[in-house]
Amino acid sequence: MQLDAKIPEGPLSEKWDRRRFENRLVNPANKRKYEILVVGTGLAGASAAATLGELGYNVKAFCIQDSPRRAHSIAAQGGINAAKNYQNDGDSIFRLFYDTIKGGDFRSREANVYRLAQVSNNIIDQCVAQGVPFAREYGGTLANRSFGGAQVSRTFYARGQTGQQLLFGAYSAMMRQVAAGKVTLFPRREMMDLVVIDGKAKGIVCRNLVTGRLERYCGNAVVLATGGYGNTYFLSTNAMASNVTAAWRAYKRGAGFANPSFVQIHPTCIPVHGDYQSKLTLMSESLRNDGRVWVPKNSGETRDPVDIPEEDRDYYLERKYPSFGNLVPRDVASRNAKEVCDQGRGVGETGLAVYLDFRDAITRDGHDVIMRKYGNLFHMYEKITAQDPSCRPMMIYPAVHYTMGGLWVDYNLMSTVPGLFVLGEANFSDHGANRLGASALMQGLADGYFVLPYTICDYLAETGYNMHDTNHDAYTVAEEHVVQHIDALMKNRAAGKKGLQTVDDLHRRLGRILWDHCGMARNRDGLARALALIPELRQEFWDRVTVPGSGQELNQALERAGRVADFMEFAEIMVQDALAREESCGCHLREESQTEEHEALRDDANYAHVAVFEYKGEGKEAALHKEPLVFENVTPTQRSYK
Amino acid sequence: MAAKIISLNLKVWRQNGPDKKGALENYRLENISIDMSFLEMIDVLNEKLTVEGKEPVAFDHDCREGICGMCGAVVDGIAHGPEKETTLCQLHMRHFQDGQTLTIEPFRAKAFPVIKDLVVDRSSLDIIIQAGGFISVNTGSAPDANGIPVPQHKAEQAMDAAACIGCGACVAACPNAAAMLFVSAKISQLALLPQGAPEREKRALSMVQAMDKEGFGNCTNERECEAVCPKGISIRNIARLNREFLRASLLSDEQG
Repeated sequence: MQLDAKIPEGPLSEKWDRRRFENRLVNPANKRKYEILVVGTGLAGASAAATLGELGYNVKAFCIQDSPRRAHSIAAQGGINAAKNYQNDGDSIFRLFYDTIKGGDFRSREANVYRLAQVSNNIIDQCVAQGVPFAREYGGTLANRSFGGAQVSRTFYARGQTGQQLLFGAYSAMMRQVAAGKVTLFPRREMMDLVVIDGKAKGIVCRNLVTGRLERYCGNAVVLATGGYGNTYFLSTNAMASNVTAAWRAYKRGAGFANPSFVQIHPTCIPVHGDYQSKLTLMSESLRNDGRVWVPKNSGETRDPVDIPEEDRDYYLERKYPSFGNLVPRDVASRNAKEVCDQGRGVGETGLAVYLDFRDAITRDGHDVIMRKYGNLFHMYEKITAQDPSCRPMMIYPAVHYTMGGLWVDYNLMSTVPGLFVLGEANFSDHGANRLGASALMQGLADGYFVLPYTICDYLAETGYNMHDTNHDAYTVAEEHVVQHIDALMKNRAAGKKGLQTVDDLHRRLGRILWDHCGMARNRDGLARALALIPELRQEFWDRVTVPGSGQELNQALERAGRVADFMEFAEIMVQDALAREESCGCHLREESQTEEHEALRDDANYAHVAVFEYKGEGKEAALHKEPLVFENVTPTQRSYK
Repeated sequence: MAAKIISLNLKVWRQNGPDKKGALENYRLENISIDMSFLEMIDVLNEKLTVEGKEPVAFDHDCREGICGMCGAVVDGIAHGPEKETTLCQLHMRHFQDGQTLTIEPFRAKAFPVIKDLVVDRSSLDIIIQAGGFISVNTGSAPDANGIPVPQHKAEQAMDAAACIGCGACVAACPNAAAMLFVSAKISQLALLPQGAPEREKRALSMVQAMDKEGFGNCTNERECEAVCPKGISIRNIARLNREFLRASLLSDEQG
């Protein structure tokens, strides 16, 4: 597997300009001869589909939901970063770049991150022009808030529903192209395989989730914008249908998978409260602007939080990190929450929670101001827990939230399979070992609106617009493979086997293994243990999973079974990656590699690289390749937020 | 403190396809924790049915945090159930009594054909958006974001309308199966913002036309939509839609 990142020559700030100039172009009259398949319609997919349609390409857009407006980008709450420097507080493109690469603990590419910071400003312009109702100051200019890992105020927001509003912007731009006949929508379709012909991505096989029929689609290029794999852990803040399937099937067709162990565990989520629980709910990081995180000073505290006096509270983030305080990056906040809970100072029924307290903010700014900022989040918290955060502190605990790892892409967002482009959370490119808050929306829209439309052009100009049709053998082979997979998932019930288990039961057990051994803190023994347990569980899955109904109809149990089957395989490279990376960085804390103050201790001499896994065939161990990370403009340092 | 447990009798609409006949089926559920969400309660039912070798109840859902708009069913005659401004996924079982009987049906409307059990086809809402629920600005052609000042109260009102999640509860609750609340939310958002002005008339005319064509009814001020809307979208938006439509009909030189 060749890993050529194709980073342009020249000074950092000129690289993207150079690449845009070097790229071949497709003339406007020829663009209509090309067909592009876009899988996934979240921020990255919808913005790419809309923009490609505007440019004149023919686009087919696929999503698993009933409408593209439901993609999980919609759930992003807090905001989107940009280096506008509207607050005049010293922000700049370089500062956004530096904060992002430092926040990622120096495990991402300089050139990619710099480009992200460069186009961040265009994104805000574009979204405002589309009618995204961002928060405003009285004078009518845009408002900003602060987010973790930054000391400037650069986050644009629409109440606690920024992802929703940005998605509606991209969705409506795409719908405009649907009306114009440039984008065709295929909702309730799940990509089951990637079709590769002569080494290039040329099409996909989908399952129509309503009829169960398999469908073939061909194109000149395939764009995956299928999100992250947080649901491998069963419990996460992801939507129920979020999955790794499209990415995993692409991996099995030759796409390298980068840094699979880099999983962000978000510090502020509503704690787990029962076995039946199906998902975890995030409470936006923006709450840490005004909420203060604390636990009782002493373990065994039994008083109600409102009765605990100031001197018996430990505002541990403010105490340990005086300059960033409650706004330390997510990985740091999560690990500290775990640490105080491990010390027995956790709160709530399970002892696995810390307080997030708005008392002081309400006293300072008044109830109305706080409700205007966070009303919908308070409302959501109250729905779930029946407690009002304006009267008593929230209880929060870390939960799996975002995956920095993903399919490997070069600077042009192309994977190791030519013609297969990967955008948004589905790729690995910009966040290193930890993503800063309000950067996911920025990256998704940067990829879709401002990066892919330029870079895909170069590939299309090179390969031309001639296409194979879907009668090509490669489609038949891929489709047969999918049929066998579905039959295998349904065979146990058909055979009337005993001791059958439901998909969710088995998935929950996989999640438990990963949370225990490949979660917030990892060590060699635990990871080795997980590597032994996962194949056993996978065997049990195939022997015992029961899927009711048939494959020829709407069958949600079958959909879940297919996704969990892929999680069961994928989990293995995730753990392998965590085991091979014998350093700590960002989200990845190896207990063997810590500073005296229990901060992540990197090993730049041996691990300043992207770990990329290559599929070697069924039952064979994946090959590990390394793309070295070169730092010419920043010096990797021990991150300090003190 | 152990979580409180209740038992329920469920009557759930089962329908095996768009052209099949459907009926309510009875199920008994024990040991339901009151901390569960309504959808987690259906998960428990489905696990039970699966283990018994029966077909689970098909229902749409995704984010389970009240924002994607994918879930929704009629519970005892009320779209999204009895709690005000709450999607079905955010409705928790603590609002129900031990031994209660609950009837669960799909959102019903001519424009929302049933696909299976509680799953309905709401693609007509996307078709209405395609008719004009956007601002025509190609990527790359936007001016600086602060070049378009928007008064704070206008931005807030636009945001109130933009909060619509497109779940379709308003349609299911309306005796006329009208989509006026949904349409008015989008029209209001864009009519309140300066960016929406150039296409204001065209938008109102063509979205209303698409709404009629998709088989939705018209508003007769029943206010049922507002009562069930999980995001509290106000029917003032419908008044604004009517004004926008009238204004466009009288003044516009554009054809819808």
